[in-house]
Amino acid sequence: MSEAADTRIPVTVLTGYLGAGKTTLLNRILTENHGTRYAVIVNEFGEIGIDNDLLVESDEEVFEMNNGCICCTVRGDLIRTVENLMKRKGSFDAIIVETTGIADPAPVAQTFFMDEDVQAAAQLDAVVAVVDARHVLDRLKDTDEAEDQIAFADVILLNKTDLVNEEQLAKVERRVRKINPYAKLHKTERCSVELTDVLNRGSFDLDRILELEPEFLKDSHHHAHDHECGPDCDHEHHHHDHECGPDCDHDHHQHHHHHHNEEDTHSVRSISLRAGELNAQTFLRWIGDVTQIEGPKILRLKGILAFKDDPQRYVVQGVHMIIEGNHQRDWKEDEARESRLVFIGRDLDEKALEESFLSCKA
Amino acid sequence: MPVIAPVDLESFVVSTAFIGDVALFAAGDGTVYFQGGAETASPVHKDGLLCAALTQDGKALVTGGGDGKICRVTADGAVEQLTERPRKWIDMIATGPQDAVAFASGRTAWVRLKNGEEKEFVHQRAVGGLAFAPKGMRLATARYDGVTLWWVNAQGDPQELFWKGAHSGVCYSPDGKYIVTTMQENALHGWRLSDNQDMRMSGYPNKIKSISWSAKTKYLASSGASAAILWPFTGKNGPMGQQPLQLGARADTAVSVVCCHPKEDMLAIGYKDGMVLAVRFSDGAEVLLRRPGQGAISALSWDKAGLRLAFGTEEGAAGVITIND
Repeated sequence: MSEAADTRIPVTVLTGYLGAGKTTLLNRILTENHGTRYAVIVNEFGEIGIDNDLLVESDEEVFEMNNGCICCTVRGDLIRTVENLMKRKGSFDAIIVETTGIADPAPVAQTFFMDEDVQAAAQLDAVVAVVDARHVLDRLKDTDEAEDQIAFADVILLNKTDLVNEEQLAKVERRVRKINPYAKLHKTERCSVELTDVLNRGSFDLDRILELEPEFLKDSHHHAHDHECGPDCDHEHHHHDHECGPDCDHDHHQHHHHHHNEEDTHSVRSISLRAGELNAQTFLRWIGDVTQIEGPKILRLKGILAFKDDPQRYVVQGVHMIIEGNHQRDWKEDEARESRLVFIGRDLDEKALEESFLSCKA
Repeated sequence: MPVIAPVDLESFVVSTAFIGDVALFAAGDGTVYFQGGAETASPVHKDGLLCAALTQDGKALVTGGGDGKICRVTADGAVEQLTERPRKWIDMIATGPQDAVAFASGRTAWVRLKNGEEKEFVHQRAVGGLAFAPKGMRLATARYDGVTLWWVNAQGDPQELFWKGAHSGVCYSPDGKYIVTTMQENALHGWRLSDNQDMRMSGYPNKIKSISWSAKTKYLASSGASAAILWPFTGKNGPMGQQPLQLGARADTAVSVVCCHPKEDMLAIGYKDGMVLAVRFSDGAEVLLRRPGQGAISALSWDKAGLRLAFGTEEGAAGVITIND
């Protein structure tokens, strides 16, 4: 699909519990981002008004596919709404989907990979989770959805930071990071975030999978990124996206396994696997098997692989049983030919995954 | 080479139809454009036009839009609002006997009768498609896991046809003996109404977006492949155990719209690259009606005599092709 990538409409999905601040973020995007015309899909017209020309109400309708796969679900209402929106092509530039608080983000994301018409018309850009710093720990106790939303996200807004003290905030952040160390995390009051940190992320774009280090490690190396950015802030946020070569002085690797050692009270967590060069055929068969068998437990996966005798980096990304992979670009001469694969999932057997992954070594 | 009279519009063509000699083009920008009449364009829906269907008497086009309105448009350019559902997107419409109009949004379908009376039909899951039976005031609604057949004017339980999966488009065969749905999977599903016998028509590489019955219910034509796929319905068991015809196969594109000729055993095929062919069933002979370009064909319709074909594309190319014979 890469040749069509330029003309497809980007889609941003907003998740988060009721009251976390999704509508606040939505209204910020709509009022601040002058020049981009959005089609907004909401589950229901809420109490807070949304000021946008193209606003569609859509009842969440999850379709199971008749292929025997229990996690292959799509959102039927989204298929229909995107199809209808395409009849008005030219009157909007991007789509934002606001989900209900209890929505499972997987069927939303899968719709953009499993329905051929939606896939031809639109491209999932990122899943953004708005997390209420004051209430999220309670939500995590009661429900799986809150955990799924955090695990699934590419960008997390840890919102309402003004309603908790520093100690509580640190606790919440540790917890969120334990579930998903790879998402970009922004601490916000009233969803105050640079829109470039939320939009045009290309999170599902294989060409833009750059590195697979936990986000908080990268943050701590550059500068104290944890403070809130006001309008005058001159952070060069984009520096976080650079690719690390061997001469890069980041010392990511020392920190890499820390989160596994902490007390584990929840079922969703991330697993990071690492090896040198892999045998391409063995790996592709293995990842196919893993996603087939463990697919229901895998929320997201991403990888950068070095195949033996292959001058190019191979990149993969997946949602449950859906997996996409492709060659990305040549390995640079000064780059270590290393394979990295990360899973975020529920009840995954890390040891078994690691052992079978290592058996793919060339 | 057939003669093409282009029509000037710049929006996705949702639907085309002929009212007498006038060709109508219902466009996504909310406007209905005309060719061959006194008017050239009538604005109908403020927030986009999503669906349209010709009335059974062939005298008007009824349309549904993002503004929640259901309108009736005639060849002279007149627009009459029939009813509305504020804040709903009306994206499905069907026309029935005695000027009945069915429309749907989300989980609810409504039928508006000629006298203005409206009936409501609520479903547990979203309505995927609507069709009236050719005889009797009966409405079929496609839904998740099957089809529901409602009696519009009578009380009593509706009849349920079950087949697992999401069903979108639905149609009755012109003889009223069969119901066929398009599915979220790459398949059609049919039921023989005399005994509810299931008929599964699969093997398509793509989702099926367009189906059309040939004259006298001989074949059901469908998109969903690089050729038009036509299932024979002449035998007692419909298409079961029979091979479909494959007409107008192309190497590098796929069929987007099929439209059977109203009288002859032939059909017009629109492709994703914008080409239109006319193809005869008996020998597969092809006539080029339009060269590729300007977007995928999104709508096709014959006039009553079958001498002219209206077409439109997703990119807003449109026109009327006159067949010289």
